[in-house]
Amino acid sequence: MTPEMTIMLALGVPLLGSVLIAMADRVPNLREAFTLLTALATFGLVASLYPQVIQGAQPRLELLTVIPGVPLSFRVEPLGMVYALVATLLWIPNSLYSIGYMRGNNEKHQTRFYICFPLAIASAIGIAFAENVFTMFVFYETLTFSTFPLVTHKGNSDAVKSGRVYLGILLTTSVCFQLLAVMWIVALHNGGSVSSLDFTRGGIFREGLASGAVDPAIFGLLFFFYIYGIGKAALMPMHRWLPAAMVAPTPVSAFLHAVAVVKAGVFCVIKVTVYVFGVDALRSYHQGQWLLYAAGFTILAGSLIALFQDNLKKRLAYSTISQLSYVVLGAALLTPLSIMAATFHIVAHAFGKITLFFAAGSVYTAAHKTQVSQLDGIGRRMPWTMGAFTIGTLSMIGVPPVVGMASKWLLINGVIESWSIPGGHFDEVFALVVILLSTLLNAGYFLPIVYRAFFKPLSDADQKHPHGEAPWPIVTALMFTAGLTLFFFFWNKPAFELAELVRRAVG
Amino acid sequence: MELVHKNLPALIVVLPLCMGLITSIIGRRGLGWWLAMGTTSAVLAMSVQLLVNVLESGTQTVTYVMGSWPVPFGIGYVVDPLNAAVLLIVSMIATVVTLYARKSIASEIDPRRLHFFYALWLFCMTGLLGITITGDAFNLYVLLEISSLSTYTLVALGRNRNRRALTAAINYLVLGSIGANFYLLGIAYLYQVTGSLNIADIHHILTTQVFPTWSTDAPMYRTTVFVGFALMAVGLSLKLALFPLHGWLPNAYTYAPSSVSALLASTATKVGAYAFIRVLFTLVGVNFAFKLLHTDTVLMISAGAAILMGSWLAFRQTNIKKLLAYSSIGQIGYITLGFALGNVNGLTASVIHLFNHALTKGGMFMALGIVAYRTGHTRLQDLQGLGRKLPFTMAAFTAGGLGLIGVPLTAGFVSKWYLVSACFEQGRYEMAAIVLVGSLIALLYTWKVVEAIYFGKRPEDAPAIKEAPITMLVPTLLLAGASIYFGIDASTSSRIATAAAKFLLGVGP
Amino acid sequence: MQKVLDHYNYWVCIILMMIGFYGVIAKTNLVKKALSLSLFQTGVLVFYISIGKIDGGTGPVLDPRNPEAIYSNPLPHALMLTAIVVGVATLSVAMAIIVNIRERYGTIDERDIEDMEHLAEE
Repeated sequence: MTPEMTIMLALGVPLLGSVLIAMADRVPNLREAFTLLTALATFGLVASLYPQVIQGAQPRLELLTVIPGVPLSFRVEPLGMVYALVATLLWIPNSLYSIGYMRGNNEKHQTRFYICFPLAIASAIGIAFAENVFTMFVFYETLTFSTFPLVTHKGNSDAVKSGRVYLGILLTTSVCFQLLAVMWIVALHNGGSVSSLDFTRGGIFREGLASGAVDPAIFGLLFFFYIYGIGKAALMPMHRWLPAAMVAPTPVSAFLHAVAVVKAGVFCVIKVTVYVFGVDALRSYHQGQWLLYAAGFTILAGSLIALFQDNLKKRLAYSTISQLSYVVLGAALLTPLSIMAATFHIVAHAFGKITLFFAAGSVYTAAHKTQVSQLDGIGRRMPWTMGAFTIGTLSMIGVPPVVGMASKWLLINGVIESWSIPGGHFDEVFALVVILLSTLLNAGYFLPIVYRAFFKPLSDADQKHPHGEAPWPIVTALMFTAGLTLFFFFWNKPAFELAELVRRAVG
Repeated sequence: MELVHKNLPALIVVLPLCMGLITSIIGRRGLGWWLAMGTTSAVLAMSVQLLVNVLESGTQTVTYVMGSWPVPFGIGYVVDPLNAAVLLIVSMIATVVTLYARKSIASEIDPRRLHFFYALWLFCMTGLLGITITGDAFNLYVLLEISSLSTYTLVALGRNRNRRALTAAINYLVLGSIGANFYLLGIAYLYQVTGSLNIADIHHILTTQVFPTWSTDAPMYRTTVFVGFALMAVGLSLKLALFPLHGWLPNAYTYAPSSVSALLASTATKVGAYAFIRVLFTLVGVNFAFKLLHTDTVLMISAGAAILMGSWLAFRQTNIKKLLAYSSIGQIGYITLGFALGNVNGLTASVIHLFNHALTKGGMFMALGIVAYRTGHTRLQDLQGLGRKLPFTMAAFTAGGLGLIGVPLTAGFVSKWYLVSACFEQGRYEMAAIVLVGSLIALLYTWKVVEAIYFGKRPEDAPAIKEAPITMLVPTLLLAGASIYFGIDASTSSRIATAAAKFLLGVGP
Repeated sequence: MQKVLDHYNYWVCIILMMIGFYGVIAKTNLVKKALSLSLFQTGVLVFYISIGKIDGGTGPVLDPRNPEAIYSNPLPHALMLTAIVVGVATLSVAMAIIVNIRERYGTIDERDIEDMEHLAEE
């Protein structure tokens, strides 16, 4: 099978899967079998591209030309590979988990639910493999629309309201900022001052800036538009949609937070920083600095808000907002190592956060509990769930031996590398302070949950309502991801090698 | 066949005219629909052939003289890439809507008078196709009135569902006639100056004999040409429903029978826009209209106001048909903005939006027609929870809605892409911002409906309803599907639109 | 003053049109409205007819005895035949609609109709 074929199939199989799922509407077992098969096949297809990518090949595919001059085309490069692998890999446990959760909670409209997931995954793969800014924008938008029915799945007035926030913020930012930036870049391209619309090593503005065809102020403005146009990265103040989306069923939250949506956001941030604007250009024209502070602020503010949330899923949501900004911080430090750290953190955070969400959903399914304050002693009844939760927690804080540690380590190395570049060091000091402070805050809002679950006695009311673990698909899925979180600390070669390739592409 | 081939441009107008007459005489007992369907299909085939002929011919034009009277004495029909494209839009939409109309209209008007409906339908087509194809300014007026008179009557046929159709029709009649008379008076002025009625001939005389004198000490007919052009522009703006001359449109579209709304929304204003483009670019020319008179500024202000106000008023409506009507006013703003920008990308945006919006809005009005067919109303509360009852119809409606917003991979996105590109090219950043803000308001009004469809609860006591009959559903899905298809692969539509734009601006194929 | 009088055909046309226009806007009786519309149209017709006329021109029939003859331009007059037909058609469509309005509303006064619709909406 040629690589072009594989890319085509990686996009096509999920679409085909959703058609099959729609057709199997009446037969739940068959429908779920299709879901799992699609997930496995998609991951297999994406993973089969890995050996080529790691050897430096960048297979590409030009699908079609939507508008003359702006083709819908794909190129698999290491950074995109990281995101595509994470998304498709985690979609497998996510599907398994969904089955357990949806059946366990007798949710309605399950077919619609299962149809939307593959569509969203296809969009995510489209974003990951996008070759140019236009393709990335197109799939960014389809991801928003394909996840909308998932977010509003419950269909009650809360869900509708959250759906409005979700769509409102994501669409407003992407239309007003990202589309504007894309069109501006296309206009510059037509005018000859931007070399290409494709993602290029060193950025597409290098020649334009050097020859003076592009005003550095416009360059900075476009960067600003782009960063805030990617609302999915949940950089404050564009983060409101993420807590709002918490009304969705837990598998959807896991999907949003770990598999596809927010990861798409930070992935796009890294991608445009490295391949559209260029690390060197941003550094030499001093346009990336504000982002460092915006990210630092988001990290600290997100953590502080998380500290005061009693609703478990809300707490996790704010934790995600703060964790995402680690990635943005990595990108904003503008050194090869920090970009590598950012890339790696996409993986690390995905594994940890999906475990945490699975655990939260497991608690909800088995015990119907949503608040942190209700979790006293639950660890004894649901040891697997809370054990996995603990692993996820450690990864978020960055304690060995879980994968979160590795990304934090890389990030600090990135700061040190940035230090070695001559100039003032206020930025680096700020980044270090943010990383240290937020680690403390992470511990501050996660460890009490673990403490409650394992060391506090069950409340009297809970004594009367015995319950055990969640259904087996849920527990399997969450053990799988918790295992990955642990395992990846010791064996992270694929992610590490890809991130290393990204680093070389930057350097 | 040879005879048909040679007389294609004339047949495309004459055939629906004659068939309209025949239908009104012998169209009883259900024959009317068959005659109408046959005619529209034939016209569709002819316009496809004509487009191919035009694009293949070296000069990109096909000229036809009525009764062999040489132009400028006789009436000449000129087909170029622009009007070949518009002909295709009109005939294609008409065919699809005719297919749809059979069931839809039978439930809305007296069955004994159905053949008159189809006769009017064909007359309306005659007018629209004629306006598009004619190269004669006065002939354009006559055909404009043929289409308008049949349209007034078609709108008034909505009286059985809601008597307000009658007041809407008389309102439309009054404003439409005033518009047409302004246009007629405008021709008189230009006729005084040039002594010709042929559009190309007028243009030739103006540019070779009149305009050059304006830079000298003795400018000839300066005021006359100004006034003539202004009258024509105002008259056509009324027909086109350009903000703020849009007053007749919302009620006419709202209270007309479903299939009439679908036809009008996707063709009538489009043809109005086409006529405006014709007057601007081929009658008086860009140099006069834009460089001298700065019509572009006026048009851009109108277009901007149309986009913002039209979309906002759409958001305020609770009758969804009226919502779509106001949304059309906004969309006309996009079309106007495109040609007001006056560059290739802008005109391409206009032409491609004529096409894309015809598909999108046509599909939406048809979907809404199904709702009216099944529930009898089109208010927001009647759409509550219909997503489950009419899944395919509502999917078509939603697809159209996404197109109005301009979501990528829908046809609306392609138009907006060209439009914003054109704004950037001209340095009109404020217009680009208005287009984007307009999309967000479109999101508001579309989402209002989408939420009702998918999250609303159908009242307990509401009667059970089924999905639409197949003859209504298929055309609706056809248009909705096309509006998606032309968003994913816009190469054909943009090739034709670009050819039309380049032809108008005279910058080579 | 001479300039104003020289263009008297314009004045006739404009006065007719404006009377019609006023009627269309100000009259609430739909029949009067339709008649005003006809008047408006007549203004345009008169203008066309007047521009075809040439001072001292005769009817456009070729006269072999008088090769020096000046002819009026027949084309605008011919055009107006069409326009008159259009006008009649417009008026008749308008009347047909008004008859229908009268049947359904019981009145042909615009203000009454609006009042009725407002009441119906409430």
